[in-house]
Amino acid sequence: MSEIYKQTLSELVNNIKNKKISSEEITKSYIARSEKSKILNTFVTSNFDEALKQAKNFDKKPNFNLKLPGIPIAVKDLFCTKNVKTTAGSKILNNFIPTYESTVTQNMWNEGAILLGKLNCDEFAMGSSNETSYFGNVQSPVDENLVPGGSSGGSASALAAKLTPVTIGTDTGGSIRQPASFTGTVGLKPTYGSCSRYGIVAFASSLDQAGPMSQNVKDCALLHNVISSYDEKDSTSIDFKRSNYSEQLSKNIKGKKIGIPKEYRVEGMPKEIEDLWQKGINYAKDCGAEIVDISLPHTTYALPTYYIVAPAEASSNLARYDGVKYGFRSKGENLIDMYEKTRSEGFGAEVQRRIMIGTYVLSSGYYDAYYLKAQKVRKLIKSDFDEAYKKVDAILTPSTPSAAFKIGEKKDDPVSMYLNDIFTVPVNLAGLPGISIPAGHDSKGYPLGLQIIGKAFDEQNILDIAYAMEEKINFKNKITDWWIK
Amino acid sequence: MSKNNNEYLINRKDNQYEVVIGLEVHAQVTSESKLFSSSSTKFGAEPNTQVSLVDAAFPGMLPVINEFCVKQAIKTGIGLKAKINKRSVFDRKNYFYADLPQGYQISQFKDPIVGEGKVILDLPNGQKEIGIERLHLEQDAGKSIHDIDPQSTLVDLNRSGVALMEIVSKPDLRSPEEVSIYIKKLRSIMRYLGTCDGNMQEGSLRADVNVSVRLKGAKDFGTRCEIKNVNSIKFMQSAIDYEANRQVDLIEDGKNIDQETRLFDTKKNETRSMRSKEDAHDYRYFPDPDLLPLEVSDDFIEKLRTDIPELPDDKKKRFIEQFKLSPYEATILVSDIATANYFEEVVAKMGKNRDVKLAVNWITGELFALLNSKNLEISQSPISAKNLSILINLIKNGTISGKIAKTVFEHMVEGDKDPQKIVQEKGLKQQSDPKALEILIDKIINDNREKAIEYKNGKEKLFGFFVGQAMKASGGKANPQLINEILKKKL
Repeated sequence: MSEIYKQTLSELVNNIKNKKISSEEITKSYIARSEKSKILNTFVTSNFDEALKQAKNFDKKPNFNLKLPGIPIAVKDLFCTKNVKTTAGSKILNNFIPTYESTVTQNMWNEGAILLGKLNCDEFAMGSSNETSYFGNVQSPVDENLVPGGSSGGSASALAAKLTPVTIGTDTGGSIRQPASFTGTVGLKPTYGSCSRYGIVAFASSLDQAGPMSQNVKDCALLHNVISSYDEKDSTSIDFKRSNYSEQLSKNIKGKKIGIPKEYRVEGMPKEIEDLWQKGINYAKDCGAEIVDISLPHTTYALPTYYIVAPAEASSNLARYDGVKYGFRSKGENLIDMYEKTRSEGFGAEVQRRIMIGTYVLSSGYYDAYYLKAQKVRKLIKSDFDEAYKKVDAILTPSTPSAAFKIGEKKDDPVSMYLNDIFTVPVNLAGLPGISIPAGHDSKGYPLGLQIIGKAFDEQNILDIAYAMEEKINFKNKITDWWIK
Repeated sequence: MSKNNNEYLINRKDNQYEVVIGLEVHAQVTSESKLFSSSSTKFGAEPNTQVSLVDAAFPGMLPVINEFCVKQAIKTGIGLKAKINKRSVFDRKNYFYADLPQGYQISQFKDPIVGEGKVILDLPNGQKEIGIERLHLEQDAGKSIHDIDPQSTLVDLNRSGVALMEIVSKPDLRSPEEVSIYIKKLRSIMRYLGTCDGNMQEGSLRADVNVSVRLKGAKDFGTRCEIKNVNSIKFMQSAIDYEANRQVDLIEDGKNIDQETRLFDTKKNETRSMRSKEDAHDYRYFPDPDLLPLEVSDDFIEKLRTDIPELPDDKKKRFIEQFKLSPYEATILVSDIATANYFEEVVAKMGKNRDVKLAVNWITGELFALLNSKNLEISQSPISAKNLSILINLIKNGTISGKIAKTVFEHMVEGDKDPQKIVQEKGLKQQSDPKALEILIDKIINDNREKAIEYKNGKEKLFGFFVGQAMKASGGKANPQLINEILKKKL
């Protein structure tokens, strides 16, 4: 048996069920490694003492019928966790302790998982490099001073550094898939409505989805089984028949039609991305899939559409952080002054930028030209996919237009930062599921990912394709534990 | 100002001005729980005791529509003879205020749940139809309290998230009186439906009043001002009166009316500018992404339609036909469903040989006066419909006179006593035995011989004197009709 923290979720579950290891041993192993990994800055809040206590309790009265029996898991700090500080990476919530639990995390605890801690993320999930967090940037375990991606950067980094066996993130425009791609891990953005948004700090309500992040596809399916559920507390939650994703997981994708959208061959795309994509196409063929050229004609409008819709919703969603009820408050001469100071001091620059963009595009006189038009384009983007899915079962694209970059490299260039999401945002706009799997390395040895996009509610299909390709790709992460002195 | 012909016109020199009024009524939906949360809506609770995490806008909290409130809005729409929209959309109305925890109010902007409808007003000179533009559902805000703490504003979120129906009229109203009748009619309809209790003291019904003026006969509307949040009919009338005259004065002085939002100062009885059009909020309405469009099926609507009780207009029509009431009497009786029910119960209990007119007179006369003096609703009436029906029958069959009935009525107030028992116990039965009355009258004529002669000599006024004496001698119980007959014979 390999060292505990090196095991996959499936291995841990098996070993604990076979009583080869205890929950306490697993928990101690991750805590010990996390203590040595502070330089990565992945945890905003650790829950180690409480986790150990719960692990011991589990061992005293174990229930091996659960899907995550006694498994300690750290989660993105965007999920509200009862009695554990939840910051969303923001100063404005740096003292906020919820009295309630998000549905997604509750689902995990119900299946025996134990909260290990809360993971760093971009402030209110706005960012692609985890550099906008009030709690500082996160280091990628891939290389020193490399960004882990964002906004679920703490989650991706902790997962890749093996500080948690699996984790969950949220994905509004690529916030699970892009950091998964940057760190050589697997990340699934489920169909909109698959995972409840109840108790998740909202960024852009019509786009936000929670999803699993893992070391491999099987673990991803296992965790998705647990977190996906219909929830009456979220009006946008959808009551569809969820399959048992991990049990039905199959590598047989023979005859499946996989679409290659020509519009994703964007101008200036690095050759190594193009090569990776071609490699992916070959792997898919090797698995017996049929490759079909398709067109998603409105792809080029996806990014501008996203950067109207998401900030518009965010500007309204973030209005509740006003210093009146909870969270950070600055003193003011009067109500308006208090609002202005609280929000100027409580929100970081990127969040303020998006609030301003969102406020602008919703303003009277601009609404029709921006927000309304964006909603129309969003429909066109969705119908592009509907059209394509008449011909194919899934779509294969690169996850990102480049590998991870250095901390600070794009910080002052928001547009270049936004371009990171170019392959992922159309999926959110259309409400579809998408998974990123590691598929290779760039010239510097940094991981690169491929994205498989599915039909709505067809997570099983893209998990199967990912599972089959994963075997062929046989990706090996080159993480060296450089940060452990 | 002339009010001839029931027209409300403002006169200045040679000009006559007409007032144009439109109302946005905010009616609190009668519902145990709030529009998007399960918190209680009970009035008068300790501050901040009826607040859920959703109402206080905690991070990650999501609204879930209360189906009952949707049904209430649709029922109200049916009561307003309005178009029910099978698809409606909830929007966010964004603005910052301390008692608005979300930083936006969930409302309906472009696609309300109820479209055009109408309300019929019964005016002294006939009926008038007032158009309804729309009805939409929205959340109420909390309450800011500025006068408890000298330094701080306190916030009570008990109201935050309570369901309101905003009912927007067309600019069809032309006088403060019409506004009063309109509000009362609207309230009556909603009370019949059980969709809003219409309690203005508790803020369950309040209105924004849009007022403009124009020369009588002009086709175009003048510039309007909106008077915000007026919470009594009296204040609405005073506000309109003040505001219309203010606007006319501006026009007469050759000045412009600014389109603006105004407040009504109830102490000074005047409206004051709150904010001009330029300062108007940009609410940045957009569809709430936390809520899917609200879709209701034909079946859902039709099922609610079958739940609709007989409404005031229909009831009035029936009362006129069935009971031969005058339109005026019927209007009074149907204005409040409890009154209408009381009336029908009295009539039903009166049996075959009933005198409906007498019942109407007693209900709108003695009973209303009693309720008024004790400040009671008819549902709290100290006299039950059953006992009132017995009393009326006692008058009708001649057991007691109308005058004695008033005495009996006074005794009935104490513990809703059976009037028959009161008549018996107090010996108030009318004396209708002609022989006994003749003896009594003979005695009176004998005792007042001089006056009897004067009467015979033509002083007819004295007849009343003899009636009075006879009634007095009988302790008021003598049958007045018989007294008259016997006196005429004997004198």
